[in-house]
This record gives sequence, structure tokens and C-alpha cells, in this order.
Amino acid sequence: MTLHLTGPYLLVALLAGLGTYGILARRNAVLVLIGVELVLNAANLLLVTIGASGGDRWSAGNVLTLFVITIAAAEVVIALAVVLAVFRLRGDVDLTVERSSDGALPPADEREGAR
Amino acid sequence: MTTLDVAFAAVGAIAAGSGLLAVTTRHVVHAALWLVVCLGAVAGCYLVLGAEFVALVQLLVYVGAIVVLVLFALMLTRAPIGPNRELSTGRIHRLLAAVLGAAVAALLAATLLPLADGVVRRHEIPNASLAQDIFGIWVWPFELLSLLLLVSLVGALAVSRLVGGAPGREGRR
Repeated sequence: MTLHLTGPYLLVALLAGLGTYGILARRNAVLVLIGVELVLNAANLLLVTIGASGGDRWSAGNVLTLFVITIAAAEVVIALAVVLAVFRLRGDVDLTVERSSDGALPPADEREGAR
Repeated sequence: MTTLDVAFAAVGAIAAGSGLLAVTTRHVVHAALWLVVCLGAVAGCYLVLGAEFVALVQLLVYVGAIVVLVLFALMLTRAPIGPNRELSTGRIHRLLAAVLGAAVAALLAATLLPLADGVVRRHEIPNASLAQDIFGIWVWPFELLSLLLLVSLVGALAVSRLVGGAPGREGRR
């Protein structure tokens, strides 16, 4: 069974680019996490591709992918706990609204101007 | 074009399309559901690349656990149902984000594509030898990861208790 590596490499680049866009362009903190997941998947796909081309020792491509999936699970647990804590303190998880240190919203006209 | 190339192009197109929808859709819940499709298609890519065990773990852990956690977080933060323009930043910000994302994609493609010359034989790792590698060469990182999972579990509990505890205790008095 043979294949070209162009397809996997292109998909890695695309997923990483989409994830970067998601991280930068979203305001909801949970949706930013979705962008992070896409970038992590790009990294995993690259590792598996290297493993499939036989360029690794000790099946490092596959094993490291399993490790990254585990670390992603741990990261999501912590991130969602932080998001829920922020939601309980502030009432929303919008990352672009500036607040004073006590968590109060600025007056509405300033917020409209900031957007 | 070999058979595997055609199969990879099919699942890869699904993964790229659903990934694009996951970061651009105006529905909060749809973003998480498109993420399911994208991660499932990436699991399909792993299957095409000959890594069955990784594909199954991807389905179990990513699609089964992580996306469910994300959906729970969306519900607990009272995410609005229906289209919502407030999910994404302003137009200039989005344009800058798109430029940066395209730059990242172009940089990675320019680095990786010259490495992909010609046809390679698919190198398959049987599950038995993968298990021997995990519990032989990689056993200490593996054990450390179980410790990491425990620490993150306790950490998540601590974060949610410490922040939510103070006002709640005040209210009970």
C-alpha cells in the first residue's frame, strides 16, 4: 500500500491555519477552545503522518499522538473549569469586553465605542 | 494517485470543510457539532494512514469525551441558541485573524510540502508492537501522564470550588 504525503501535509497546514483563525476571531471563550483543539489535531496528524512514512523509531509517531490526546483532555478539563469560574464571577465569557478589576462592566456607550 | 490518496482526499476534504464551519458558524452549538464531524474525519485520516489504534482513541477520547465537555460548558455558560453575530469579533479583527491564519497555513505548507517527494510505502505498526513500545520504551512518560490526569482532575475541582465557594458561603449564612 503506497501513498503520497502531499495530502496529509496540506491538511496539517489547513487545520493549523483554521485553528489559528478560530483562536483569534472568536469572542466566546469556549469557542476559542475549539480553535485550540483544531491546532492540536493538526499536530497529531503530522505525528501520525511521520509514523506512517516510517521515519520514526519506537513507533514514536503513534505513541506521541496518544500522549498529545491525553494532554488535550487534561487541558480541556482545566480550561473549562476556569471558564465556568469566570462565568460565575462575571456572568458571561466574552473575551473582548474590558472590565475594571472588580468585574463590573463599563458603561454601555463605552462598550459600543470599543467594538 | 493511489487508492489511499483518493481515500485520504475524501476524508481530508470533510475534515477541512467541517473545520472551516466550526470556526466560522454563527450558532454556538453548531460549532461544537461541526467539531465532532471534523475530529471524526481526522480519525478517518488516521485510519487511512494505517494507525487504527490512534483512530479509535481519537474517537473515544476526543469525540466521546472532549466534545461532550465542550457541549456541557456551552450549556452551563447559558450559550444562546440560534444565530448570534456577537460570537465573532469585528470585521477588521476578523480580517486580521484570517490573514494571520492564512500566514500560518502558508508557512507550514511551504515548510512541509518540499519534504513530500514521491510515493512512500505505508508503514503499518501492529497493535501488539505498539503496546510493547508504550509499556517498554515509553512507560515512564505514560505513568507521568496518568499523574497529569489526576492533577488536572484535582485542579479543576479546586478551581471551581475556590472561586464559587466564597459568595455561596456568604449567601448561606
